[in-house]
Amino acid sequence: MSLSASSSVETVREPGSPLSGATGEEVAAKIEGRGTWQLAWARLRRDRAAMIALGVIVVIILVAIFAPLFATVTGHGVNQQFRNTGLSPDGLPRGPNGTFVLGTDDQGRDVLVRIAYGTRISLFVGVAVTLIVVVIGGLLGLAAGYLGGIVDTLIARLIDIVLSLPYLMFAISLVSVGFLGGNQGKLLGVKGLPIIVFVIAVFAWAAIARIVRGQVLSIREKEYIEAARSLGASSWRIMIVDVLPNVTTQLIVYATLLIPVTIVTEAALSFLGLGIPPPTADWGQMISESQVLYQQAWWFLFFPSAALVITTLAFNIFGDGIRDALDPRLERI
Amino acid sequence: MARFLIRRILLGLFVVWLTVTLVFLIFFVGPGPQDVARRLAGKQATPQQVHLVLLRLHLNQPMIKVYWHFVWNQLLHAKLYSYIHDQPVTTVIREAFPLTLSLAIGAAIIWFVLGVLSGVLSAVRRGSIWDRSATATALFFYSTPVFVLGLILLYVFYFQFSRAGIHVFPGQGPGAVPHNPLTFFKSFLLPWMALALISAATYTRLTRGSMLEVMGEDYIRTARSKGLLERRVIYRHALRSALTPVVSQFGIDVGTLLGGAILTEYTFGIPGLGWTAVHAIEQNDLPVIIGIVVVATAAVVAANILVDIFYAFLDPRVRLH
Repeated sequence: MSLSASSSVETVREPGSPLSGATGEEVAAKIEGRGTWQLAWARLRRDRAAMIALGVIVVIILVAIFAPLFATVTGHGVNQQFRNTGLSPDGLPRGPNGTFVLGTDDQGRDVLVRIAYGTRISLFVGVAVTLIVVVIGGLLGLAAGYLGGIVDTLIARLIDIVLSLPYLMFAISLVSVGFLGGNQGKLLGVKGLPIIVFVIAVFAWAAIARIVRGQVLSIREKEYIEAARSLGASSWRIMIVDVLPNVTTQLIVYATLLIPVTIVTEAALSFLGLGIPPPTADWGQMISESQVLYQQAWWFLFFPSAALVITTLAFNIFGDGIRDALDPRLERI
Repeated sequence: MARFLIRRILLGLFVVWLTVTLVFLIFFVGPGPQDVARRLAGKQATPQQVHLVLLRLHLNQPMIKVYWHFVWNQLLHAKLYSYIHDQPVTTVIREAFPLTLSLAIGAAIIWFVLGVLSGVLSAVRRGSIWDRSATATALFFYSTPVFVLGLILLYVFYFQFSRAGIHVFPGQGPGAVPHNPLTFFKSFLLPWMALALISAATYTRLTRGSMLEVMGEDYIRTARSKGLLERRVIYRHALRSALTPVVSQFGIDVGTLLGGAILTEYTFGIPGLGWTAVHAIEQNDLPVIIGIVVVATAAVVAANILVDIFYAFLDPRVRLH
């Protein structure tokens, strides 16, 4: 009984308040426990803009997870066309009203429900591409930077080449072949998703690899690496155990900032008609479809655009916050 | 220097060759020759017509021969013909390039001036209300895709202004290079604004960060302790080295845009290189795609070399080898 009471005091206690009931050992444990991550988290929590952005990101994730709930509550299916209630007698979309909170699109579908479902595509592509790219770019950068020699020459040249290709041109070429060839492929039941993830990842790894390589080149010369080597550790062990943890902060910062870039790239491909094929709800595609009608139906252009901008803005602000929190040398400016 | 140039140009040529080969692989080898012919012949084509296309493009021969024919006979002798428009690719590019050039140069001037000025002011008055609002605005435009901003500008400045009786901004970009310079200029106002505002955001962030870093250097303290005017310290000493990374980014960005500002051109319907490329890709017009990809890659490669040379001139510590 008393144990549970004391532990509840633990959880309620303010971080800065004196540790009244704690023994000396507990205090020591508290001080020791403040590692890099805890310090970074403490700094991040003081960053109001970053915390608001984090809140927005959590909301966006919840919208993505509970997208079907929007369909249930409104009673409008994501691809359901309401030709009578959703379109005016001239066949034009209806503006925001009681039934369709954010209005309807050119086919009488509910914009709100489609935006909610579109969140899933954007978030999935953003996170999936970033994970793939961080693993591939991180490993290649690590190998190039640490192993040096011919491995480094090859990987560094490859990075240079990939970064000097007109990537959007290549991306749309690749996607168009994937589509017209009829082998679209599905992922999680969404047509065209695998090729989009592939096409964006193929070009995005190089930037990460370049950054990691640069970091590793300087870490390689540190004393503790020399110590590990003289103790007889293998290259692999040194790379994974000694070098990798020291590039993790950089990797996390760039990964957070890569998510919005990826989301915009996916939206751009869909905007060009080369992304996720209809009728799957997707933000870039909605913006593209609104182009012909934006003069009559501003909501059809405005709300998907707002969803896209709010999402990228939230990730950018949060990414900036993480960078400042993880890199205390940069003064908060 | 000469050795550096030769090496870089050789590497650049290699990248261009690699790009051409990659595009060839994507469009010919990826879907297979039968499929390419079928797509080029159109949806209603009879098997005979498909076969005719196959023969005309030498697609029935081994891949390596098709490749050789394509690169040597057509590309290197500039004899590529658009499949769809029956026009030499050089003509297609010559018509599209001036539009892309006008778009890129106009936008680049605006965004460089805007971005660098606001970045320097932000850094100099760090923490002030100006700095905060400039940083927030920059973050907003940095997070906005160009096609979103473009469409919203069209909605406000074309549609709403026209409804209010103000006909300053045309609804679309230029259709082609017109004879009337004023119409031409006006039709670029919105595309320039869209492209420039978004790029300026990057430059504001870049200039501000770079300025702040330089202002902390010892030689700035030295300059101050010599009793120089603060303005002289900022503009003569700090700005000069703070601008180096900004200018090299500028070179690369302009180089990339010269190969086609795909999204801006598509949003405003400007038939520049990017717009032409998107349509060629939709129609499977491989010669046009290859032509534009070569121009785009060459522009990026040239920009990279120029930036490196510029670096060497500006910073005596950099040695090119």
